[in-house]
Amino acid sequence: MRLLTASKATRAAVAVLVGAFFLIPVVFTVEYTFRDKGGHSLVHWANIVDPAKQSAYQPIWTGLANSLTLMVVTVAIVLLVLAPTMILVNLRFPKLRRPFEFVALLPISIPAIVLVVGLAPIYLVVGRSLGTGAWTLAFAYGITVMPFAFRPIQAAIDAINLTTLSEAARSLGASWPATVWRVLAPNLRPGLLNASLISVAVVLGEYTIASLLNRQNLQTALIVVSRQDGYASVVFTLLALAFCFVLLVVIGRGGNAGKKRRRS
Amino acid sequence: MTTATAAAAPAKPRRAKPLAALGLAPFGVYVFLFLALPTVLAVGTGLFDRSGNFTLANLAALGDPVILATFGKSVWLSALTAAVGALVGAAVCYALLGVPATHPVRTLIDALSGVLAQFGGVMLAFMFMATIGRGSFLVAWLKDLGFDVYAGGMWLYDMPGLVLAYIFFQIPLMVITFSPALGGLKPQWAEANLTLGGTRRTFWAKIGVPVLAPSFAASYLLLFANSFSAYATAAALASQGSQIVPLAIRAALTSETVLGRENLAGALALGMIVVMAAVMAVYSRIQRRADRWRL
Repeated sequence: MRLLTASKATRAAVAVLVGAFFLIPVVFTVEYTFRDKGGHSLVHWANIVDPAKQSAYQPIWTGLANSLTLMVVTVAIVLLVLAPTMILVNLRFPKLRRPFEFVALLPISIPAIVLVVGLAPIYLVVGRSLGTGAWTLAFAYGITVMPFAFRPIQAAIDAINLTTLSEAARSLGASWPATVWRVLAPNLRPGLLNASLISVAVVLGEYTIASLLNRQNLQTALIVVSRQDGYASVVFTLLALAFCFVLLVVIGRGGNAGKKRRRS
Repeated sequence: MTTATAAAAPAKPRRAKPLAALGLAPFGVYVFLFLALPTVLAVGTGLFDRSGNFTLANLAALGDPVILATFGKSVWLSALTAAVGALVGAAVCYALLGVPATHPVRTLIDALSGVLAQFGGVMLAFMFMATIGRGSFLVAWLKDLGFDVYAGGMWLYDMPGLVLAYIFFQIPLMVITFSPALGGLKPQWAEANLTLGGTRRTFWAKIGVPVLAPSFAASYLLLFANSFSAYATAAALASQGSQIVPLAIRAALTSETVLGRENLAGALALGMIVVMAAVMAVYSRIQRRADRWRL
């Protein structure tokens, strides 16, 4: 293996150069939020919780609330529509596995900006039948997160013996819902968790579909607020960055814990 | 008789199949309504005029010099940022070779790559505006050192700015997609190379690079597709103008007629789908070849 690995000098050079490229924007973005008329202070961070400024930041709170709703509904679509269908396909329709994978990964090949051209007329109909509530956008988001949610769930399914588990549960008298809920879902937990967290991250950052369908979410709100107060948008950007980072560290930890458990 | 019992055995699950197939229905309906239908509508609107008659006139817009130039810019932007992202990302993967998956550095880089590859384009644009926008600390500092970043004019809100911001999410995506391939290099190959009198150089020249080439090419295409379809970063950075195809679609969607044509958004969407389909078709062929070494 020694032959394969990079030398210490190469490693250091890559770490410094690439690290600098990614650190510089983060550092100077942080610096930007501390600016205060030539000097530096915490004023832009304090403004966020300042009751006097709340009317200016109202779009962000509305957008954030909408984004949170969208996260919940999107994760519900992943867990209640995508995951059960994947279990069903793997258990009962093994021949459909390849076509299903193709469909699940298809949204990667269809840019959101293209999808939105076709979604506009569909959302006219959706608006008439289900109303124009923010949550309806989750139908579109369920599609955009599908490729990212598919992979961890499929990996979890491949890692356990789905057929044996379900047959054992069935022969012990469990109904199908009980089998899925009490036997399969707990075994697929790492995959389901990863799929949910990735979906949350994608929904939090989504802008294309929301803005072109004239909906309000966190990203469209950041644009609106940035026109009056550039600092606030950047502060919220850093908060979102930190949130996503914690989310993905949790995913990484979960994945490693799963690996360890499987090995023992 | 034997054939009858043989046929009877799988008959039981088959009888239950219609019911099980019903379980596929919710997903099928959902994907039809929100994936198949929008795609068909997006591509289809380009083929009809306002009164609903079939026409190829909108497709002629794809031959318009302005539109062709926009597609050219999009392809150039995607090819360039994918190349830089692929090379730098591969260097990061190489540097990480041999670091176990549970090592804190690995966990950190995996998480960071995930964040930065998925990070919303709007927020990315804000970060770059804060870092090297006019009046930024960095720009003033570099100017004091005698290096005027904007000597040739403000480029952040135009193509060079897009290149810089796109590379920021291309490198992490390369790390995510390419590191499994590097992890697939077997130590035995290095040992075989050693026992046959090879060196580190011959290992990479005769084994490493040829084995990894298909994976690298596949990752490159994925990066290309990623930046070709990206919209949010460009929309937030270049608030005016339609330098690339996604921005041209925005212009077509928000104003009634562009270039005096109706349903131009549909025609542009069709053009994008054609490019994406070609890229992804080559991608899946190369990926199949790359998988040959992952046994």
